[in-house]
Parts: sequence; structure tokens; C-alpha cells
Amino acid sequence: MEQRGFSAGLKAGVSIAIGYFPVALTFGLLAKTTGLSLLEATAMSIFVFAGAAQYISLSLITAGVAPAVIILNTFIVNIRHFLMTASLNEKMQPDARWKKALYAFGITDESFSVLAIQKEDNLRTSFAAGVISISYGSWVVFTALGHLIGANLPEFLQAAMSIALYAMFVGLLVPSMRGNRKVVSLAAIAAILNSLFYFTGWLTTGWAILVSTLASAIIIELIASKGGRS
Amino acid sequence: MGSWIWWTILGMALVTYIPRAIPLTFLEGRELPPSIQNILRNIPFAVLGALIFPAIFFIQENIWFGVIGAAAAFGIALLGANVMVVVLGSIAVLAVYSLFL
Repeated sequence: MEQRGFSAGLKAGVSIAIGYFPVALTFGLLAKTTGLSLLEATAMSIFVFAGAAQYISLSLITAGVAPAVIILNTFIVNIRHFLMTASLNEKMQPDARWKKALYAFGITDESFSVLAIQKEDNLRTSFAAGVISISYGSWVVFTALGHLIGANLPEFLQAAMSIALYAMFVGLLVPSMRGNRKVVSLAAIAAILNSLFYFTGWLTTGWAILVSTLASAIIIELIASKGGRS
Repeated sequence: MGSWIWWTILGMALVTYIPRAIPLTFLEGRELPPSIQNILRNIPFAVLGALIFPAIFFIQENIWFGVIGAAAAFGIALLGANVMVVVLGSIAVLAVYSLFL
């Protein structure tokens, strides 16, 4: 099979970059109203690169919460990435540890989804680098821009673009679902469990995604191995 | 903001990086038991289910944005469009919807 590299990765990451655009822009704007300087807001996007955690940190900063609590909360929100990077490791080509440590920084819900859903196995490190570069670039640049211009997109566009990342997830999932009951079941069970956690308030978002994903993956594996299929 | 914001950013950066880096570096070159491998291969599809639902319905205060957006995304994806078309198409549908609000 043809092995795709950096530029193919860039191309595969364009939908992430589009999806990050409104989210990062709003983050920059909110960071400004929270009192962060342009440098501080942009630094957070440069060094942390985690949308949900960054948004939550702003509301915690506004509430005057202690830094240690903000950091602990960030860890809890992002703990689900343990599961994603463990899964991604099965998908990626073996490579030097320092290279993997480097691109590990760029694994988000979105870059993970794009990488993990690719059809070929042994994805090249350069392909991952491409997907991550364009996503990260979008996140950092539009954070700074949001802070700089200090205004949001026209309301209708902002509202319309808030679907972008979810539409991307749908666009990644649906082709794999076609004629594949296992994939449909995996997504459906996780979706139902996550909705249950959401509506009952039993778990916060970070934990809910982690637990529902893991539970679904284990349940389907148990069913599949019992049925003698893989 | 004082210097504490920089310590906060540093701390956030560290605790965000750890769950990303440990599995990718620690598991490199290690063969996991087949059942664990199967579970890990199941993760992407399960993650997508959990990332989409129920959050897709709550993208705006007005729930109809989420409902129409979700219907548009699934509709376009089921027609066999690629990811980019699904993304741009869903945005276009919602842009038209909000212009008519």
C-alpha cells in the first residue's frame, strides 16, 4: 500500500483546522475578557493545546480558583488521552521514542480521531506530523487573532461553524459504519453510556468520555470473542 | 495577571502532556496480549460515538442548531461524501438556517 507522508497529513488535517478556527477565535476573545494578555493567552494555546481544558481554566480563573486546582482539573479533563494514545500506538509505525514523544504533544480528540480512522495500518510518523501541524497552527494562530481583534465572527457564522468539529467526527465515523455492525455497536453503546452520564450528571465530561469509550470497547470485545469472531 | 498565570500554564502543559506521551513512548516496541489489542482497536469507533453524543445537540443554546446540524452531518455523510464536504455542508446548512431565524 502506498504510504502517505507529511503533505497527505496536512490535507487530512484541514477539516480539524477549519473546526478549530471558531473555537480558538472564541477562546482568544474569552481569554482577553478574562484578563489574560495576548502573550499569556497565546502561550496557553502554544503549550497546553487542549480546547476543553483551556476553556474550563478560564472560568476557573474568573472564579478565583487556586492554580493547583486548575492544574488538577486540567489533568482530569485530559486523562482520556491515555486511552487514545494507547490505542493510537497500535496504529502508528514503530519509531524512535523521541519522535513519538514529540508528536504525542499534538494528540487531541480531533487529531486522534483523524489518525485512528485511517484505513492503512502502520501510519507514518510524517503523516501524523502533517495532521498535527495544521491543527496546531490553526489553534495557535486563531487564539492570537481572537485576542487581537477582540471580536467574534458574525453571529450567524459563529453559530453555524460550531457544528464543524462534530460534523467532522460524523464524517469520520459514518464511512466505517457502513455494513459493519461492530462499528455501529461500538459507537452506539459509547454514545448511549456517555449520554446517560451527561443527563444524570454521574460523571464529569472528561471521565464520562473515558468510561463510556472503554466500557463500549470492552463489551464489544467480550461479545466478539465469545462469538468466536475477532 | 501575575506570574502565577505562567506557573498555571506550565502546570497545565505538563499534566496535559503526560497522558498523551506515556502510552505512545512506553508501549513502543511492546507486544500486548491479543485481547487488549482488540480492545484498543475498538477505541476509535467508541470514542467517536462518545464525542458526538450528546454534545452535538448542545452546540448552541437553541437546540435546533444541534438537531439540524446533526441531521445535516449524518445525511451528507450517508450520501458518501468525504469529511471535508460533510464539515462544509453542515456549516452551510446551519448558516442558511440561522439567516432565516
